Amino acid sequence: MANGTAGLTLLDSEVPVFDISIFESRPLFPSQTWLACHEVGAGACPAKMPWTDIWLTNHIAQAVIAAALVILFWLIVTHRPKIVPTRRQWAGEFLYNMLRNGIGRDIIGDNYHKYVPWLVALFSFIVINNLFGETFVFMFPTFSKVGFAWALALLTWVLYNAVGIKTHGLRRYLKLQTIPDGVPKALLILVLPLEILSNFITRPITLALRLFANMLAGHLLVVIFVTGGWFMLSQVKNLAINAAGVVALIMSFAIFALELFVGFLQAYIFTVLTAQYVSSAQAEAH
Amino acid sequence: MTLLEITGSLNVIGYGLAAIGPGIGVALVFASVIQGTARQPEAKGSMMSTAWIGFAVVEALAIFGLALAFAIS
Repeated sequence: MANGTAGLTLLDSEVPVFDISIFESRPLFPSQTWLACHEVGAGACPAKMPWTDIWLTNHIAQAVIAAALVILFWLIVTHRPKIVPTRRQWAGEFLYNMLRNGIGRDIIGDNYHKYVPWLVALFSFIVINNLFGETFVFMFPTFSKVGFAWALALLTWVLYNAVGIKTHGLRRYLKLQTIPDGVPKALLILVLPLEILSNFITRPITLALRLFANMLAGHLLVVIFVTGGWFMLSQVKNLAINAAGVVALIMSFAIFALELFVGFLQAYIFTVLTAQYVSSAQAEAH
Repeated sequence: MTLLEITGSLNVIGYGLAAIGPGIGVALVFASVIQGTARQPEAKGSMMSTAWIGFAVVEALAIFGLALAFAIS
């Protein structure tokens, strides 16, 4: 037996392959073309697929459901407000206050009212999408597909640049953002490209990738612990490894709890950084 | 017969190494905030807003590492 060195016996003869196909989108209404090229042993898909296969996928449906849930949540908690708040209204007001005062007022400053709707929508949309990673039916955090994260970061990028241009005018805004106060002229050759790179290019990229990487890595970790634990517990004929499999499965619950926390944390960080970028765009000097 | 087949790219190990630096950096940022808050609790708000910028800048390095681990083959 080839694996005699480890002294293990596999119950199945198959070598397990770690399956990450959950990260691939599947069309909601697969066309004949899609079904044909996804059969076992079929060749590559043609370059041009029907648009329903590309755009009507389960992950996009998930994002749309999340948006609907955000609207529904805020409609429910603000429905028929009372002077003495009910528990439902109190929950909504607590969350809204946290976002408005903790993020909006503390970071943006004076005229923060305009941006509160965007911050609230952003936070609740990201939280619900991240919770989908731990929810039955979905079991997939939407933002572990990087495209969704790019879209949100692009919106924030457009917002903070528009705010800056509107407050200062284009020329002055560019000057404020790229030329820090008190830098000697000779150093500008070095500072200018760095400032342009950091303020206009790496900001949106890191914003999107931070969210994406955290959701992807967390979900991957859960998948590894669960499939690895399952494999060690049930597919190997060795008591010590079976015990390690039990430990891995129990650990997967802890990772799961960690994921819940990380989902909230990343939504918070995304919102805080959005507010931060808006406030630095309208600041007089940075 | 192999027990478990692990395939993949060395990039992942490179990314693991690359994440050490930003890990220490992020830790330093928030360690300073915790210390500062302990010394002067009322300054927490202004410290936190600076800390978030510092955190974003430091973590950008780890994120570049991830992007490059995917991009370079």
